Amino acid sequence: MTVAAVEAVDVSRTYELDGVSVSALRGVSLTIDQGEYVAVIGPSGSGKSTLMHLLGGLDRPTGGRLVIGGRDVASLTAPELATLRNETIGFVFQAFHLLARTSAVDNVALPLVYRGVGARQRRERAAAMLGRVGLGHRLHHRPNQLSGGEQQRVAIARALVTEPAVLLADEPTGNLDSATGEAVLELLERLNAESGVALVMVTHDQEVAARAHRRIAVRDGLIRSDTRHDRPGSAGSGAPATLDPAPSAEPRSASGSGPGHPPGGSGGAAGATGRLPRTGAGGAG
Amino acid sequence: MRVAEAWRVALDALRANRMRSLLTMLGVIIGVASVVILVAIGTGTKQQVEQQVEGLGSNLLLVVPGKIEVGTAPVVSPLDLKDVDAVSRVVGDPGRVAVTVASGATARAGNRSDFTTVQGVLETTPSVFTRSLSRGRYLTGADVDTSRRVAVLGASVARTLFPERDPLGQQVTLAGVRFRVIGVFAPLGQSLGVDRDDEVHVPVTAAQRLWGTQRIDGIAVKAPDRERIDQLGERIVAELSRRHPDTEFSAVTQQQILGVLGDILGVLTGVLAAIAGISLLVGGVGVSNIMLVSVRERTREIGLRKAVGARPRDIGVQFLLEAVLLTSIGGLTGMALGVGTALLVDAFSPIPAAITWWSLALAFGVSAAVGIVFGVVPAQRAGRLDPVVALRAE
Ligand SMILES: Nc1ncnc2c1ncn2[C@@H]1O[C@H](COP(=O)(O)OP(=O)(O)O)[C@@H](O)[C@H]1O
Ligand SMILES: [Mg+2]
Repeated sequence: MTVAAVEAVDVSRTYELDGVSVSALRGVSLTIDQGEYVAVIGPSGSGKSTLMHLLGGLDRPTGGRLVIGGRDVASLTAPELATLRNETIGFVFQAFHLLARTSAVDNVALPLVYRGVGARQRRERAAAMLGRVGLGHRLHHRPNQLSGGEQQRVAIARALVTEPAVLLADEPTGNLDSATGEAVLELLERLNAESGVALVMVTHDQEVAARAHRRIAVRDGLIRSDTRHDRPGSAGSGAPATLDPAPSAEPRSASGSGPGHPPGGSGGAAGATGRLPRTGAGGAG
Repeated sequence: MRVAEAWRVALDALRANRMRSLLTMLGVIIGVASVVILVAIGTGTKQQVEQQVEGLGSNLLLVVPGKIEVGTAPVVSPLDLKDVDAVSRVVGDPGRVAVTVASGATARAGNRSDFTTVQGVLETTPSVFTRSLSRGRYLTGADVDTSRRVAVLGASVARTLFPERDPLGQQVTLAGVRFRVIGVFAPLGQSLGVDRDDEVHVPVTAAQRLWGTQRIDGIAVKAPDRERIDQLGERIVAELSRRHPDTEFSAVTQQQILGVLGDILGVLTGVLAAIAGISLLVGGVGVSNIMLVSVRERTREIGLRKAVGARPRDIGVQFLLEAVLLTSIGGLTGMALGVGTALLVDAFSPIPAAITWWSLALAFGVSAAVGIVFGVVPAQRAGRLDPVVALRAE
């Protein structure tokens, strides 16, 4: 709780498409602290992925201030930002994004290549990491020789092999059946608890979101609610949240920092009333 | 570490698309091979011609009417044997002066015939031009003085007319007139595709009578020493100009002939190499094209690599290496092909070919450079890709 892993202050992201500008994020403030377990929910097209890309330094905000690992993104060149991603962030994508012609262990070792780690050490660390995600027996399999769940485990190992401060998972179970998805989820939660990496996960599943320590609801490019639970699934403010997504949640910029105060309280409440749809039925997308 | 990875990935990419890589390389292979072959042939020809011109004998001075320049029309010679005597007086030694009056003619022996060049010459020819015989004897002063109808055959003429018999003492008919064979030249081989053994020497006086002319086409002088060769040339030209004020004369040395021939062959080789170079460029465009395809195909991979910390340069180097590998491997293959073909040409065809190390170095350097030049744009494009957009690509 000392230094924030990622801090966003009134961050916005606008895309220019043929002269038309689309505001994917319209002033978002939040702080991700070390070791947190955060669920990001919201309808399709609400800006969740955009937010994840920004938090991971994969993209730059068009407005506001974004600080990753204590460094202001605006002050970094492209290679510096790449190095920062390598050192601080691990990404897990819905589509796995493994290199097809490359073995599991070499896929996992890839981030270490760009960190300049020697080949032998790379393999050792990658193999060890694969062991931690339960794939110690699949080191030399290629992605097409692995099941979907295994592929996503490889991707998780790749995200964590650099021992990042933050693990950003954008719908990590979106391409998996529910049983496999649950196993992957448990793995992510275990790794979060064991290694202290902050886990920020986009999900459509209310039950999953309820297991997180903190839940951020995004809608129309704004944070509608940001609620913490002392313990996942326990009583207190956490309990009602599982039933009704944040009706009375105090919309706040994460650690209560003042400036980029995002949505008005009433708007947030209105936006969040009713069950959040699993898919984009009610969203912009 | 990062460069090692770039190598590995680049090689892997080439291996993954073997057929495509090969087809892409083909342009470079053909380009490099043709550069190597054409330069080898140009160089070989030049070396051969130089050897032959030097083999003509040392300190040689050729005197002809007209100018010796590329593109000037030949002049009808006003020279006759009295001019040759005058030149001999200038030189001070008739033994150093040779002449020629030449014309194409059909040589017959029995039922065999051969179209060849008949040269009317003096008995001095072998010593001036360093020619040697394989059989018999050469013309003598008496042969020339008495216009005796005797002939010395070039090696290939002898072979054609007398495949089984000894030509010595046999009759040949030149332009309908019978001559007796008294000697056969040792073979010389080919020069610029011309058979140098396809000639018959007869006394100049007999040749003039044969064609009904007093003409001499040209005079060759073997200068006593190299230092005064130019001066001697000037004196001969001055004497001939005095005797024929309406005609211009030129005296050229072997060095000048070598220079002119070298220039012509050099330009020729250069033009051929440039044409071959164009195919290399076309090959380069193909490489550029395929690299752009490669970048598009692997857009998601690029996005992923960037997500895990690859810098724009890491991606750029990876694709640049792929392009350079493509053209370098193509270049090496083309070199091997070119060298092999050149050696075969040299061994099994009359065309000479000589491999020069600089042409290999040049061809390889150019192909690697083509990879860099044509790989830079695709590589930069890959390096600059927005990772978010790249990860979303199909
Ligand atoms: N590269 C882009 N260009 C233009 N518009 C984009 C781009 N990426 C996302 N958007 C738009 O931004 C909004 C938010 O997208 P996204 O962050 O992917 O939403 P989510 O992940 O919540 O479904 C959407 O309206 C989407 O169409
Ligand atoms: Mg999304």
